[in-house]
Amino acid sequence: MTHIYNFAYLDEQSKKMIRRSILKAIAIPGFQVPFGGREMPLPYGWGTGGIQLTASLLGKHDVLKVIDQGSDDTVNAVSIKDFFKKTAGIAITESTPTASIIQTRHRIPETPLKAGQIMVYQVPIPEPLQFIEPRRPETAKMHAFEEYGAMYVKLYEDISKHDRIVTAFDYPAQVNHRYIMSPSPIPKFDNPKLHQSPAIHLFGAGREKRIYAIPPYTDVHSLDFEDYPFELETWKQSCAFCGSKTTFLDEIITDDKGSRLFVCSDTEFCHINQTKDAS
Amino acid sequence: MTGMPKQNTLPLLRVKNLSKFYGKTMGCHEINFELGKGEVIGIVGESGSGKSTLLKCIAGKLDTTNGSVFFNSSFGFIDLCTTQEAMLRKIIRSQTGFVTQNSSEGLRMGISAGGNIGERLMANGMRNYGQIRKIAQQWLETVEIDTDRMDDLPSTFSGGMQQRLQIAANLVTDPKIILMDEPTSGLDVSVQARLIDVLRKLVSRLNLSMILVTHDLAVARLLSHRLYVMKEGRIIESGLSDQILDDPREPYTQLLVSSILKP
Repeated sequence: MTHIYNFAYLDEQSKKMIRRSILKAIAIPGFQVPFGGREMPLPYGWGTGGIQLTASLLGKHDVLKVIDQGSDDTVNAVSIKDFFKKTAGIAITESTPTASIIQTRHRIPETPLKAGQIMVYQVPIPEPLQFIEPRRPETAKMHAFEEYGAMYVKLYEDISKHDRIVTAFDYPAQVNHRYIMSPSPIPKFDNPKLHQSPAIHLFGAGREKRIYAIPPYTDVHSLDFEDYPFELETWKQSCAFCGSKTTFLDEIITDDKGSRLFVCSDTEFCHINQTKDAS
Repeated sequence: MTGMPKQNTLPLLRVKNLSKFYGKTMGCHEINFELGKGEVIGIVGESGSGKSTLLKCIAGKLDTTNGSVFFNSSFGFIDLCTTQEAMLRKIIRSQTGFVTQNSSEGLRMGISAGGNIGERLMANGMRNYGQIRKIAQQWLETVEIDTDRMDDLPSTFSGGMQQRLQIAANLVTDPKIILMDEPTSGLDVSVQARLIDVLRKLVSRLNLSMILVTHDLAVARLLSHRLYVMKEGRIIESGLSDQILDDPREPYTQLLVSSILKP
């Protein structure tokens, strides 16, 4: 198959253009850089933005990990890994420390990232201000002039309705004390992992054709009020498989009589934790 | 900013040779006037006379064709027509208020009343929920809206309440000047009376400076100290409110005054 397509599917000109946008995005942390998004052989919403970034970044010696909902073996994750195995002939892995590029939709791995690694996020809605201000030229100006009061209105509404900030994923964060960005649909549980992370974080929105980035060791602060500080969700349960109490847990309904199970959303971390216990 | 005399001798607002053309159509032309601190002026005239165009130019919502709008802001005596957009927006969100006829333009209809009042506070850097809430509550009381309605959407409010909420949302940051574009239009007479009542109280209590655009001469008389009469984009007559309404000089003004309905 490899000889039919260019290395990693995309043509070299497109990859060059995307790399230029990535460099610009890294130079202005949190700023949304427009790019000429290409048609990819999968529908919008399935990770066209992330897959284009990954295609532009891949070299022959890269090792790719793809996660979807924290899991290494869901359809989307397996298909994207297969896609790059076929078109680029690169090595794929489920192990976070071994991977050089990690493409993800919903999670940042529980295993801490290292310098030199690149996280690629598939972003559905790159504009955090969109729900408050639907006019694009206006949101561009709000970013340019750092008018972020409206962003707090959303949090205000949360507290006035529910007595706490209920936004649980895609929680807006300010990068490098300047631009407010939408950290894709990761749970707010993962927001602190972006702060001063040694890895590069790249965000690609295929439909909206925007790229933004967090360079290594950059401050990332989740928005909050002085009297309602940013809080992480906690669980009463521990993981039913590995017993972890520190990870993000998924609630799984096991029958129609109300039985449920809490398990790690990061399957790789859960596996390692289980084998650790056994030995 | 422009080598002018000392700031305290300057008016709050100086409109100089202001013109606005929509292509070949004249919006307003060669408008000159000044507004002192604590003064309320009314701009009256029939529909299409250029009142709203003039107000939108002053508010920075429209680009002017010619002329200047000098505003005595805390950043200096600045021409809003030529200053950079960043400065203009900073002034607009902290030092001027704009109340429109159509409250759905001035309010965010999908956000609670408290959120609407709080937005300007948050835009100016307030990050304490409890404090924002307390101030919003005080303002709801000031404009005579039941504080129980604080978390309700403005779309569930009556027209008069929406207008009073708009006024609260503008006054919350203590702006130096407030611009009103037909605030009482579309409200029935008793609701109008209440709005005017609230406005009069605010004007005297807070020493507000205000430009009021209206086609309703009764409202203009009740609120404003001075009046400007506009016709076909130009100011044709100006003076003290009572003087103009009781003893109009221009035939057009005479016509306007005589066409007020008397029950």
